[in-house]
Amino acid sequence: MRKEIYITDYNCVTPLGFDVSSNWNALLEGKSGVALHKIIENQEPFYASMIDSEKLNEEFNRFFDSAQKSEIRHLANDSTEFTRLEKMFLLSLKPLVEKHQISDETAFILSSTKGNISLLKNQKTLPEGVFLPRLAQKIADFFGFKTKPIVVSNACVSGVMAIAVAKNMIRAGKYKDAFVIAGDEISEFVISGFNSFQAIGTEICKPYDKNRDGINIGEATAAAYITSELNKNEKFSFKVLGDSAINDANHISGPSRTGDGLFASIKNAMTEANIPTEKIDFISAHGTATIYNDEMEAIAFNRIELQNVPLNSMKGYYGHCLGASGLLESIISMESALKNILIPSKNFEQTGTSQPLNIIKENQPAEIKYILKTASGFGGCNAAIVLEKC
Amino acid sequence: MKTMKKTDICTIENSKIVLNNDIIFETPTENFSDFAKEAYKSLALNYPKFHKMDNLSKLAFLASEMILKDEDHSRMALVFANRSSSLDTDLKYQESINSKENYFPSPAVFVYTLPNICVGEISIKHKMQTENAFFVLDEFDENFLNDYATQILHLGKADKVLCGWVELYQESYQAFVYLLTL
Repeated sequence: MRKEIYITDYNCVTPLGFDVSSNWNALLEGKSGVALHKIIENQEPFYASMIDSEKLNEEFNRFFDSAQKSEIRHLANDSTEFTRLEKMFLLSLKPLVEKHQISDETAFILSSTKGNISLLKNQKTLPEGVFLPRLAQKIADFFGFKTKPIVVSNACVSGVMAIAVAKNMIRAGKYKDAFVIAGDEISEFVISGFNSFQAIGTEICKPYDKNRDGINIGEATAAAYITSELNKNEKFSFKVLGDSAINDANHISGPSRTGDGLFASIKNAMTEANIPTEKIDFISAHGTATIYNDEMEAIAFNRIELQNVPLNSMKGYYGHCLGASGLLESIISMESALKNILIPSKNFEQTGTSQPLNIIKENQPAEIKYILKTASGFGGCNAAIVLEKC
Repeated sequence: MKTMKKTDICTIENSKIVLNNDIIFETPTENFSDFAKEAYKSLALNYPKFHKMDNLSKLAFLASEMILKDEDHSRMALVFANRSSSLDTDLKYQESINSKENYFPSPAVFVYTLPNICVGEISIKHKMQTENAFFVLDEFDENFLNDYATQILHLGKADKVLCGWVELYQESYQAFVYLLTL
């Protein structure tokens, strides 16, 4: 008998709000976090979904009093202030650790692609904070985690995989429960890189649309509590039924033309979940709004015959938050299921893929029990998880 | 639960490649790039894409190649980890954008600023459309990699798992890659 694994709590910090309910309300109103921002000196501004640093600091100071902050510095054994990203992580995780106890058998899993990469600017040697395990340990020490942090870094599928890793490590019997956090921030490093690929869109991105012309980079942190033991106080729970992360084995930076990896990831996740594809009520897809990614997804969803299932991409609201996006979008899709409302794929007007998809165009009521969440990224990676509302 | 067998082990460190206790290649050359180039030549790998890879990918590729050779690996998962993520290439990329006088961000460099790219390179070489995972850990933790691999095997998502610790930052490098089966 396999152990059942549940997500019973979550939180997120994004430009649309510093908790799930403010994010949900903003989404219902169709608000986008994407706007023009000056990110690189001497360059034109870029469309990006960016958290206001002043608001972030205010919120951080409100939630963390000075005693706690000096405690962090003491534990982290350095006198540096917190980076923006660390503040975002601390804010997203705090409400969860206040509600769920950390034990010797609690895992701490962090998903990020670039962590504190901003610290690298004009440095000849590596600052400690730029190492991902160091970042994870700093957050872990503050909240008093007792096990060694696990960092998942699989490009843009990291956030989806982090849920899978929590599920699989709890099932392996190594842990009883897990706190999963995922985050990435906007940096010159990442913006200049995607720009060198000519992958950045010239307006708020339009996933799956005929006129899409590239991504918006975004930033966010998200946190989830995952456990094998339900207690009566849970307000909700979602079972993690299945997962898979299959490589395209095709190209390190270009999406597959056949959708092989995404197709296989969905197929494997469905097999483990042991439900037929007809049962899926909603797909929270990746939809970056690049020409080739969205086309690849349309091919993969058609191959597995999921083309009629209501689907959205959240990139028009949040941009592409890299290592955070998979967890953030999973959280929003669970919120959707709890509220019984499907959120539209922002900015979609006309079909822009060679094969059709059932893209959600407006807020609509729906019974959602089974959710499929997918992601794809550099290195040919893809990931899929299946969630069930209990 | 069935216990796992470790069938092949390849290590690369100190300018030496060792497969299952046999020295496969050794050179007095200390610099990693030169070491990798010499190893590629001596082992007659014949895969020109190798020269485009960053050093982390070269390290992971060389160690995996010793174990994988030319057999069928369609049911083999890849679970890799290291400590320094892609920081070796990150620093090189950062140097290309530090000053506005010398501003030359290159997509060919940027794509290697993710640690899982090395796993992608191995997958491409052997057409392995299989489970992939990359972790960044404070130190090599074989138990962790084995636990994760065991789950993949028990769930029937693969028949074998190639696990690897592939750590590289500038001239300091170490690869420990091994094959696990049930």
